Amino acid sequence: MRYSGFKVLREALTGHKGWQPIWRNPDPQPAYDYIIVGGGGHGLATAYYLARTFRQARIAVLEKSWLGSGNIGRNTTIIRSNYGLPGNQPFYEFSMKLWEGLEQELNFNAMISQRGILNLIHSDGQRDAYRRRGNAVMLSGADAELLDQAQVRRMYPWLNYDNARFPIKGGLLQRRAGTARHDGVAWGYARGADLAGVDLIQNCEVTGFRIDGGTLRGVETSRGYIAAGKVGVAVAGSTSRVMAQAGMRLPIESHVLQAFVTEGLKPVIDGVITFGAGHFYVSQSDKGGLVFGGDIDGYNSYAQRGNLGVIEDVAQGGMALMPMIGRARLLRVWGGIMDMSMDGSPIIDRTPVRGLYLNAGWCYGGFKATPASGYAFAHLLATDTPHPTARAMRLDRFERGRPIDEKGMGATPNLH
Amino acid sequence: MLIPHPLLGLRDASEFTYLGDAALLDRPDGMAPDAAARFHDYVHLRDNPAGLHRELWFHEQGDRSWLVVTRNTLTHEILGAELARDVKTGGAA
Repeated sequence: MRYSGFKVLREALTGHKGWQPIWRNPDPQPAYDYIIVGGGGHGLATAYYLARTFRQARIAVLEKSWLGSGNIGRNTTIIRSNYGLPGNQPFYEFSMKLWEGLEQELNFNAMISQRGILNLIHSDGQRDAYRRRGNAVMLSGADAELLDQAQVRRMYPWLNYDNARFPIKGGLLQRRAGTARHDGVAWGYARGADLAGVDLIQNCEVTGFRIDGGTLRGVETSRGYIAAGKVGVAVAGSTSRVMAQAGMRLPIESHVLQAFVTEGLKPVIDGVITFGAGHFYVSQSDKGGLVFGGDIDGYNSYAQRGNLGVIEDVAQGGMALMPMIGRARLLRVWGGIMDMSMDGSPIIDRTPVRGLYLNAGWCYGGFKATPASGYAFAHLLATDTPHPTARAMRLDRFERGRPIDEKGMGATPNLH
Repeated sequence: MLIPHPLLGLRDASEFTYLGDAALLDRPDGMAPDAAARFHDYVHLRDNPAGLHRELWFHEQGDRSWLVVTRNTLTHEILGAELARDVKTGGAA
């Protein structure tokens, strides 16, 4: 079934009886060439590109719960390519280009909206830092514009420009950045993968790996043993738990990040605004809710919920930036489990076990990376060579003294 | 979260900063022949368990002592706290 305006019209006139479930619900086969562990955004994107772009077959995605039930459904939907380091930025710009063509590629409305992201500037020093970042962004072929205070005022006249501690002096704007419908991305990739013959197997938890002389043979699951040629693990916050079953300790801690949405309001914010100095960023969903967030709670957690201290901190940041937010009522607060790596950057690499591959360490930046992460991981699985934009994202980079540390914080996961 | 400080009683977790796994107390021997590999593991690799976790908290806005807190990472339940100094010296100090 292809989606089109004509199809919508025809269904409207015939009582909407022609809509079908958009993926099958198959039982697992005894063996596959490729098994992707994790039916979230990155796992589904990997399966899609593996089947469609790299023309591989006999692929399964194993998901312990339902598709898209983890961080792809819990993030704040922002897409951008404004990183600073050469090990990261070309990858995120590759991701942005995939976002720009994604809906046509998938024939699925992911509500991708390039409404721009504005990073606020409060001091001369910060302007210098953002100018340097903007230049790094442009070197990768992406867009960045440095705005003065008058230009920011034209975009958002209601911001608190005269805050005593953090007066707004300008901003770094990336116009091609924006938002996407997070669940729609998961569903679009799931449908695309299913149409390409991938078996999406839900409620199937991987409980162990069968490894024979350093080579992976298959996975034990809650629905029995499944043999596999290659296995790719893309399970975000659960990475350490899953890879421990293969005897691996990783440069990762799992931390909880909270996110917030208010009741639906009339349109007020048409882009994404980040107030990094105040640990606060905000956008407005198409339903009208102000979607915002701040820092991770800062301690190891698998709880998918956080504590009140951070809620207070984020609310204070919001009040400092846009005092009118105090009139909005908070509708929901939730948490997701981030695989915080030791340098704040991801891992897309082989592992010491032959046939076992790892996609992890996305910290709180995984959503924007979804298309490129899937593409690069599929490239690695299909060709056994890294994608050109993901060469630096190696598992052994800490041993080799080659971290990708955007903030220069060192091996402290809760500060990235 | 309230942390049961052994000297000061229940204190709000927001008074503390968090470092991570209490295994960091066991610093490798820098003179060992395989010191580079052991320090890589010490600095970068973590067990990251789902469940009971012994971890280092610093009472920065309090008495500035380091604590080893035992906490459940699945529920955030705190089961106990000791002075890191006592853990390091086996309670002899």
